[in-house]
Amino acid sequence: MQPNRLVQVCVISACLVAVPVMTSAQTADSRALRQEIDQLRADFEMLRQQYGDRLSALEARLAALKDAAPAPLPVSGVSANSSKVFNPDMSVIGNFVGVAGRNPMSDQPSLSLTEVEAAFQAVVDPYARADFFLSASPEGLEVEEGYITFTSLPAGLLLKAGKMRAQFGKVNTMHTHILPWADRPLVSQNLFGGEEGLTDAGLSVSRLIPNSFMFIDAVGEVYRGDSAVFHSEARSKLNYVGRLRGYRDLTEGTNVDLGVSYARGPSAALPGSGTRLTGVDATFRYRPLRRAIYRQFVGRTEFVWSRQDVPAGAQQNASGFYASADYQFARRWFIGARGDRSGRALDSALHDSGGSISLTFRPSEFGLIRGQYRHTRYAEGIDANELLLQLSFSIGAHGAHTF
Amino acid sequence: MRLSIRLMLFAAALVGVAARPAAAAVSVVATTEDLASLAREVGGDRITVVALAKGYQDPHFVDPKPSFILAVSRADLLIVVGRELELGWLPPLVTSGRNAKIQPGANGYLDASANVRILEIPTAQITRAMGDVHSQGNPHYWLDPGNGRRIAQTIKDKLIQLSPADRAYFDQRYADFDKRLAAAESRWDSTMAPYKGTKIVTYHRSWPNFMERFGLNVIGYVEPKPGIPPTTSHTVDLIDEMKRQGVKLIIVEPYFDLKTPQAIAKQVGGEVLVLAPSVGGTKEATDYIRLFDYDVNVVVAALKKATGK
Repeated sequence: MQPNRLVQVCVISACLVAVPVMTSAQTADSRALRQEIDQLRADFEMLRQQYGDRLSALEARLAALKDAAPAPLPVSGVSANSSKVFNPDMSVIGNFVGVAGRNPMSDQPSLSLTEVEAAFQAVVDPYARADFFLSASPEGLEVEEGYITFTSLPAGLLLKAGKMRAQFGKVNTMHTHILPWADRPLVSQNLFGGEEGLTDAGLSVSRLIPNSFMFIDAVGEVYRGDSAVFHSEARSKLNYVGRLRGYRDLTEGTNVDLGVSYARGPSAALPGSGTRLTGVDATFRYRPLRRAIYRQFVGRTEFVWSRQDVPAGAQQNASGFYASADYQFARRWFIGARGDRSGRALDSALHDSGGSISLTFRPSEFGLIRGQYRHTRYAEGIDANELLLQLSFSIGAHGAHTF
Repeated sequence: MRLSIRLMLFAAALVGVAARPAAAAVSVVATTEDLASLAREVGGDRITVVALAKGYQDPHFVDPKPSFILAVSRADLLIVVGRELELGWLPPLVTSGRNAKIQPGANGYLDASANVRILEIPTAQITRAMGDVHSQGNPHYWLDPGNGRRIAQTIKDKLIQLSPADRAYFDQRYADFDKRLAAAESRWDSTMAPYKGTKIVTYHRSWPNFMERFGLNVIGYVEPKPGIPPTTSHTVDLIDEMKRQGVKLIIVEPYFDLKTPQAIAKQVGGEVLVLAPSVGGTKEATDYIRLFDYDVNVVVAALKKATGK
């Protein structure tokens, strides 16, 4: 500090002494100096201007970049909804059915919201996922299905535990809204429980059988025995279900799907006796990949044999089947036909038969409107001709369906 | 007692065959042919790759066929496009695949969209009244070569993690791909340069990344809303708009019906171009670089004819 100030003082005093001496002699020089200073000042001003401009341009670009940059990438869900990330996928599906025509054998009302299905589905942890389907119908609210699936078991096993639709055939595993019809086939209503079907609390284990020829899935299930077909009053008496399914691609657009199913357990209809069900199903699908959203054909048939072992009486054997074909002929239009025939589980002498044709319009993936004409000839000799109108509509995120 | 014996027999019968021995090469399943091609570029002969959806198939609507379950059950690595593209068909495959390695969150599950540039991320509330909008942005992001490079890098990092011994091999394959892609990009850029800003119409919103990258301007869609089939009133409006702005080209994916686009093209005196949205979308598009070779050539040939440049 001290030496610096000393220097300053010296310089100032030197200047003060020098200036008056120089003034008169060097007026020309000082003019030149002033010019130079003015020049410098102008240059500086210009530079300042330039830098200012460049700075504000940069700032503008930075702001623009900030706006244009993609938002941080959320891995699941939308950032705005981040508080809901761990909520399960939720959906509600309504099924509305209207019926016209005379049918003394049926008590189906003219108009009814037959089912509201609420689904909650999510991954539980790294080892499992859970699926819940609550079904509200005119009869009340019930758990249609609710099960956990262990996806990370060794040896290629898949284990499900909870209440679920038994893997017996095809139509029994399907929820109402994915059926290609407004009703369930006669064989399903007469022999394996109709709308509710084989749905029960139990365990299901399945395993892929590795081979180079086709996809083979073996399923073994055990249920408590509390469904429309099986009813158990003792812990030791259970309902067992087994299924073997084979699938093979014929070409990239066609495939066949074959299955054999078996179920046995204590009978719900005849307490103290046993019921056995055997089923065979076959599905052929055609869907050309390049026109997959416009054309599709599914042909399907399912045969079921039922045997009731009556303790002191004759054994009752009944069988039934349906065969159906559904064809998509435009992006949103489908036509279908189904033939039905089935015996009655408790009286093998009686047979019902029938047939349906249907036209379906799907405005989007989330809704459908279906008209179905159904003819039924009951064993009692009664004919019924009915017109069904179905509306099915879903909101929310519904998990994809299995094939 | 009888019950437990029965149950044990059940389980024993199902377990049956012992687990397969692990294969030497990393077994990769990719949901689309684009991801499969990029995996092949990086993985070379150290991996085997299976693609589920074909390039000429609408990737939103794929049947979750049991044959895919088999592929998924054997995979060491599952690469998905993500952004809800496979929402309608992949989850049941992953569940039924019985494969702990490729469950979401596991080491062998790779979402290829993790590091890419995503367009059209909704910023406000979306509803299905808007059609098939994706809440996580437009999932057709692979149609920007810059994103292709980022996907390849993501796959490379994952392969190194799964097979650390092959690090040098994967690094070298990636560097080579990066170089070839950069050379191809400058080729595509220079052929497309004269047509920057040209206005076009596309069928579905499959092309925003492609159009942004090559500077084409999409002024409308044949679909009134994403995933909703064409309507007469929208088609009439689109024809008017195309006439007003002098738009001549309509770009269509190979899996859509050509009737409406062709009717529009006739009205405006324009042309319908079927581009490949994916590797395998046409027989010329055999890999990721050839996919752009094909699309750029088709677009440039049509623009040359239309503009005379």
